[in-house]
Amino acid sequence: MATDSFVPIAPRPPPVNAEGLVPWLRRNLFGDWKSSLTTVVLIGLVLYLLPLLAQWGLFQAVFGANADACQAARGTGACWGVITEKWRVIIFGRYPFEQQWRPEIATVLMVAALVISCVRWFWKPWLALMWVAVLAVFFSLMGGGVFGLEPVRTDLWGGLPLTVMLATLSIFLAFPIAVLVALGRRSQLPAIRTACVIYIELIRGVPLISVLFMASFMFPLFMPQGMSIDVLVRVLVGITLFAAAYMAEIVRGGLQAIPKGQLEAADTLGLSYWQTQRKIVLPQALAMVVPSMMNNFISIFKDTSLVTIVSLYELTGALGLALNSDVEWRPFKIEAYLFITAIYFAFCFAMSRYSLWVEKQVSVSRTR
Amino acid sequence: MTESIVRFDKVNKWYGNDFHVLRDIDLDVAKGERIVICGPSGSGKSTLIRCVNALEEYQQGLVTVDGIALTDDVKAVEQVRKQVGMVFQQFNLFPHLTVLENLTLAPMWVGHLPKKEAEERAMTQLQRVRIAEQARKYPLQLSGGQQQRVAIARALCLTPKIMLFDEPTSALDPEMINEVLDVMIELAGQGITMLCVTHEMGFARSVADRVIFMDQGQIVEQNPPEEFFAHPKNERTRDFLSKIIAH
Repeated sequence: MATDSFVPIAPRPPPVNAEGLVPWLRRNLFGDWKSSLTTVVLIGLVLYLLPLLAQWGLFQAVFGANADACQAARGTGACWGVITEKWRVIIFGRYPFEQQWRPEIATVLMVAALVISCVRWFWKPWLALMWVAVLAVFFSLMGGGVFGLEPVRTDLWGGLPLTVMLATLSIFLAFPIAVLVALGRRSQLPAIRTACVIYIELIRGVPLISVLFMASFMFPLFMPQGMSIDVLVRVLVGITLFAAAYMAEIVRGGLQAIPKGQLEAADTLGLSYWQTQRKIVLPQALAMVVPSMMNNFISIFKDTSLVTIVSLYELTGALGLALNSDVEWRPFKIEAYLFITAIYFAFCFAMSRYSLWVEKQVSVSRTR
Repeated sequence: MTESIVRFDKVNKWYGNDFHVLRDIDLDVAKGERIVICGPSGSGKSTLIRCVNALEEYQQGLVTVDGIALTDDVKAVEQVRKQVGMVFQQFNLFPHLTVLENLTLAPMWVGHLPKKEAEERAMTQLQRVRIAEQARKYPLQLSGGQQQRVAIARALCLTPKIMLFDEPTSALDPEMINEVLDVMIELAGQGITMLCVTHEMGFARSVADRVIFMDQGQIVEQNPPEEFFAHPKNERTRDFLSKIIAH
């Protein structure tokens, strides 16, 4: 009896060629009458609104720092002059005017350090040293009192430098705390577990504003006479502890997704608890939570605006400072708000894009 | 019989309050002996071998491995795990590490070998399971059979005296079972003590020194394979064998 031999059929391309612009348009924008109608209405809306926006924002707008011209254009054109006039107060808050080159350099330095830290090629041990140096320079520049720099009290620090510093430091400090608390919450030791649960639930049960209030006004009451901790430090600790509780829950989500078999394999190989966490569990757990972690970072960045409540004038606070008491320019708050909106957006959008890149990096190393 | 390397003395284990999973287990495994354990699911066979490297605790009796009594003592557990390698049904490779990194992890961090030496040892073991060319890949890029062979190599990197296999071929596509069994058969010829939970009766027949049948947490019957398959003494064993060999 003869045996049949298996001859595979050669692969063929699909029958409809779906590439190209026209097929794409047809499929995505004009699929049926409902989607065609939506497309037409939306295009119409854009064509109607875009000229209006351009009129207001560009053609009828006043760019010079001229309050009378702005007053005259009110209702028809934007007053970008308010930014020309007030940008230094908005960006640097109450920091002494003639010393504002210091926060300027400090901020640029910090942002540059952040950008460098995002690049994989720089993930080397010296990065930590660089951060120590950057923070030392940042605080020397801002605070003064060294190298002949005039001392500037921390309650005068403000604007963008304060926003960037509070966000960066609280994220950096909160992250390791969060990891430890998340591990603690899953610990075998009841005392550690209970402590972590109490910490997380307590912090999550109160709004950030009240944490800041306590840090700023109530905490000093419990300090011994004559001893005081800088308000900036107290606020930083407040934000850090607050952020850490939320991040801990995000990390815990990742920890829970690690299959039990991974831990058993690590046990079998004789790895200790900390070796297992460091080499097996955390690399996988943290990779899984990149999107929600970055979401949290973005929200911390914006939450720093709440420190205004305890009289620290970061970016949003500084805007109020610049305009609230100025009768002449106060009417043009919207334009000023759009300005800081653009700044916030630039930072947050960068973080969000970076998060997508990180996600891709970690997934590349897991499967392919 | 020669000197014993694993010993169970009236071991009892419960899951919770009402599931008595191991009942009065007495077992003596000689150095170099190859044992196959079979039985229906829930009979306690996996639990039994997981007691050997303290992945499971037990409540009564005593397990002794290579002269070390496995009690609550952390040091004893540490000592025993250095002597015992384990292979799981689901491979349990570390997906974020390359094959090579999976193998060098424990030798470097537990055995404190320098990286170069650990890698040499890893490559030797990968050659042993015939998969050296995949060293730089990640586990999920490999087929199930390849992953399981990597898992075997990983366990061997710590030069264990005892190897535990917990249904090593149950999660594999049928075409890949043999490549894993071949590696295990080779290993069996090299004098290492093996405790193997499996339903591959062909493997049991050709490799095992002793086949153990378990049901409801007890060892029902144990015999050399010729005897075990040809003349099962217990009715329960006979019934089980007729079910798994019928097709």
